[in-house]
Amino acid sequence: MALSGMRGLSVFISEIRNCQNKEQERLRVDKELGHIRNRFKNEKGLTVYDKKKYVWKMLYIFMLGYDVDFGHMEAVSLISAPKYPEKQVGYLVTSCLLNENHDFLRLAINTVRNDIIGRNETFQCLALTLVGNIGGRDFAESLAPDVQKLLISSSCRPLVKKKAALCLLRLFRKNPDVVNVDGWSDRMSQLLDERNLGVLTSSMSLFVSLVSNNHEAYWSCLPKCVKVLERLARNQDVPQEYTYYGIPSPWLQVKTMRALQYFPTIEDPNTRRALFEVLQRVLMGTDVVKNVNKNNASHAVLFEALALVMHLDAEKEMMSQCVALLGKFIAVREPNIRYLGLENMTRMLMVTDVQEIIKRHQAQIITSLKDPDISIRRRALDLLYAMCDISNAKDIVEELLQYLGTAEFTMREELALKAAILAEKFAPDLSWYVDVILQLIDKAGDFVSDDIWFRVVQFVTNNEDLQPYAALKAREYLDKPAIHETMMKVSAYLLGEYSHLLARRPGCSPKEIFSIIHEKLPTVSTPTISILLSTYAKILMHSQPPDPELQNQIWAIFSKYETSIDAEIQQRAVEYFALSKKGAALMDILAEMPKFPERESSLIKKAEDTEADTAELSAIKSRAQQQASNALVVTDQHPANEPPQVTQLGMVKIPSINNLENNHVDQEVTQTNGIMGEVEPQNGDILGDLLAIEGPPGVSGTETLTEEGALALAPVGELENAVKPVIDIAERFRDLCVKDSGVLYEDPYVQIGIKAEWRGHQGRLVLFLGNKTTSSLDSVHAVILPPSHLKLELSSVPEIIPPRAQVQCPLEVVNLCPSRDVAVLDFSYKFGTTLVDNKLRLPAVLNKFFHPVTLSAEEFFPQWRSLAAPPLKLQEVVRGVRVMSLGEMTNLLNSLKLIVSPGLDPNANNLVASTTFYSESTQSMLCLVRIETDPADRTQLRLTVASGDSTLTFELKEFIKEQLVSIPAASRPPVLQPTIQPISSSDPGALLAGLL
Amino acid sequence: MIRFILLQNRQGKTRLAKYYIPLEESEKHKVEYEVHRLVVNRDPKFTNFVEFRTHKVIYRRYAGLFFSLCVDITDNELAYLECIHLFVEILDHFFSNVCELDLVFNFHKVYLILDEFILAGELQETSKRAIIERMGELEKQE
Repeated sequence: MALSGMRGLSVFISEIRNCQNKEQERLRVDKELGHIRNRFKNEKGLTVYDKKKYVWKMLYIFMLGYDVDFGHMEAVSLISAPKYPEKQVGYLVTSCLLNENHDFLRLAINTVRNDIIGRNETFQCLALTLVGNIGGRDFAESLAPDVQKLLISSSCRPLVKKKAALCLLRLFRKNPDVVNVDGWSDRMSQLLDERNLGVLTSSMSLFVSLVSNNHEAYWSCLPKCVKVLERLARNQDVPQEYTYYGIPSPWLQVKTMRALQYFPTIEDPNTRRALFEVLQRVLMGTDVVKNVNKNNASHAVLFEALALVMHLDAEKEMMSQCVALLGKFIAVREPNIRYLGLENMTRMLMVTDVQEIIKRHQAQIITSLKDPDISIRRRALDLLYAMCDISNAKDIVEELLQYLGTAEFTMREELALKAAILAEKFAPDLSWYVDVILQLIDKAGDFVSDDIWFRVVQFVTNNEDLQPYAALKAREYLDKPAIHETMMKVSAYLLGEYSHLLARRPGCSPKEIFSIIHEKLPTVSTPTISILLSTYAKILMHSQPPDPELQNQIWAIFSKYETSIDAEIQQRAVEYFALSKKGAALMDILAEMPKFPERESSLIKKAEDTEADTAELSAIKSRAQQQASNALVVTDQHPANEPPQVTQLGMVKIPSINNLENNHVDQEVTQTNGIMGEVEPQNGDILGDLLAIEGPPGVSGTETLTEEGALALAPVGELENAVKPVIDIAERFRDLCVKDSGVLYEDPYVQIGIKAEWRGHQGRLVLFLGNKTTSSLDSVHAVILPPSHLKLELSSVPEIIPPRAQVQCPLEVVNLCPSRDVAVLDFSYKFGTTLVDNKLRLPAVLNKFFHPVTLSAEEFFPQWRSLAAPPLKLQEVVRGVRVMSLGEMTNLLNSLKLIVSPGLDPNANNLVASTTFYSESTQSMLCLVRIETDPADRTQLRLTVASGDSTLTFELKEFIKEQLVSIPAASRPPVLQPTIQPISSSDPGALLAGLL
Repeated sequence: MIRFILLQNRQGKTRLAKYYIPLEESEKHKVEYEVHRLVVNRDPKFTNFVEFRTHKVIYRRYAGLFFSLCVDITDNELAYLECIHLFVEILDHFFSNVCELDLVFNFHKVYLILDEFILAGELQETSKRAIIERMGELEKQE
């Protein structure tokens, strides 16, 4: 046993070690800390040795888990000691006790800098080590150039250089914006010529960081890296001390190969050949040996070589060699190698097309899913997830479900999510998907997030064929004596919607369904009770002819919950009770849920969102990103590879539950139940429009009215086109200004539908580009010409739309400031040889950023008076107003979300309206409007507009004027009329199917 | 990149802790506790790698001591596993037949050796001889 060389320190450590229990240890530590504090208080008589000893003791106490905050200052102040022994302790203890966020550290910057630029090499080393280990932004700002100088100085010893390289690495990694590396490719290139392998190892790490940040700048270094690898592979000029169990520095080999993975490719044939020779040698020449360390080291190099080969898209032969190696590895007993085999197979799937070969190992991989070591099981799960496709989904999901029963808690959520995604993506038939999800909920309800059950509900809602099956399954699960609450939610929901489809089956009469659900009510929590109440209301609605006994039972429940302490339950109970007394009207209100609009699965997004936190962007990932940019085209080129039902089933057509995620479950259900009214019926109406792809052109009488202003843009493009639209674009645009979905454009080949959601100053538009023909549309381009006040981001549009297909392109809108300008969509495509190009106005107009408010007289008038004069309040007499009654005018304003408050103005000929406007510059801003009409002359009126922002006031005034003047007499006032369209016409799938 | 290095005994006592990322003290204690729990009960026949939050821990047991490195998910596992062994060899050489008590009583020396071996979370020097010689130089100056 070697003692510390400091008697006091050794004695103290021994005493601590001799403490019988934690309490004794604490007493001893407290005593020591008190002593140290006292000694530091009057520094007189404190020798260098004492100081060192006390600071070391503090570090020891810190390691035991005690707080030594008071000692930070002592440690930091030792840094500026003139002699090495104290300085060393100061530097070392500071870098253990403090981190880059501690303010104390700033005190030391000057000393540290002096040590770095000073002549004393030992001090330089100490300072570089501190900065390399805990240096933050302040250090980067004041020291980076000095460190860079040391690194390239010819007079520095390797000892200092390697520290400088890593110190710079830290500063650059943390603050790439502060450290200036312009022109460093030449320096780096020189550094990579270094003979000293210690310096080279450090420099290579720095190089990886630089190149991961910007590989373009470092092409010139690429051949140098290959040279390094050749040198190591041939064991030339490698001192004995840098070989590890006979292998020339495995770490440097690994680092160098890692650096090369950041270059997208290697152009120069000679360099490429040289590199492949090295790689081939590694792939072929790595044998399993007895010595563990040697084996590990050689395989560390081998796995890195595999990664590099995959990255470089080697010749087929070499790739299959890699897959063969990995296939061998996943079957070996040695756990580390098997783990790495699985991990690297997963990575390989990300970059190359080896799915078919890897599938051959499926059985072996599934064995690893049952390995006792969780690390291996996780890798097996990742690999199974990555290799799953429509051909093996059933088997893999079955395995995952089986494993779910025995998996440890930490893995269950991930497992459930992955199983749900795979079932969704690759379901060979719909009922299987429902089976899987219900099994998931049954086996691991606690680990099934709401997303998953929302998803299955949406899926069932959108697929009529599935509804009886899903209802039956839900009914079966209810027979189980104890079921998970999530199962309760999903079955109650499904049975509420679809149990009437089962009515003829035994045990499925409304009454029976009701009682089996109601039996479970006492066991469920509040949010679930809300769902059950909705289910009861629906059951009631579906029991035709009404069953008085059931009715009374359910009414009794409603009236019991009318006094519930939970507002949501109370509200539902009251509403359902009142509604259910309405008799036939109930049928409409509680009708089945309409289909959900199409959108990407939020589950998949969720799975993709879990990102690893790495010092450098991983090479594989940056490559995957590069690939993604071309990916759209690729997927479009091979639509035939995917069986058609996959796209349907892939549930692109189902809404994301993103916006619901934030809401509480019960809120979600209220909304979707359609109780909130206007949203759903309106959708129904509009979807009818949207999808009438081959409907009669120009449904309503076409207007030949030219609108002033923005419309001028449209005809220019149209005139050039041989292909004429079959609808009145101007009218559709006007419609869309007051509605949120509908058809924007349609000609014999193409239909563009639009659907929008608005929230505050932001909006999300989805363009539905539909190909009506039986051949592909080529050269599809959609470009947005945004006005200056809108920020518009259109997701990429595929260049080809396959026959009869509909493509969705989401468009994010941010309203920066008030303006009436209109965004234009430049949409062009080629049909055969005809090029069609249209410039279409997008309905992202001023009133979309309104949010209706209704003000009382007490709220309205103080505001009105406080906004007294121009430019905040503007008044104008408008002439040439289209003749309309006050009622029509009210409807018009309301449709623009300028909500009229009737009776607020004492004069019956005047209208007063208000709204809230949202933009980034104004935030939310109240707008007030007053219109004074002249009963004697309806073609003129006086318009007054007020808001807290002068631009807004002006723009709003002009906007209203346009609406009043330009709206054609024949167009019906766009009132929100809730009409429910037959479901079939609002089903995108059905319509497309009808076309086929 | 190495996020942190821990040397812990079977009871979970920390013999050395070096963090290359800024963590609060309370967070450090938590990390030490969690990593110990993660590695201490693993079967010797298991892999030397285990996931830890968004990173992974590469660990190796020598007698009653666990050496754990927390690295990025994308890092080369075996290279870091042998990095641990190289560190142990250096300690063994320096203390001539190292045992846990050497590390307890000379914890400050262990920190010094580590600073010559790893810096900024990256390998600085892989030559045992270079490090031992350097330690000799430093001891002369004390």
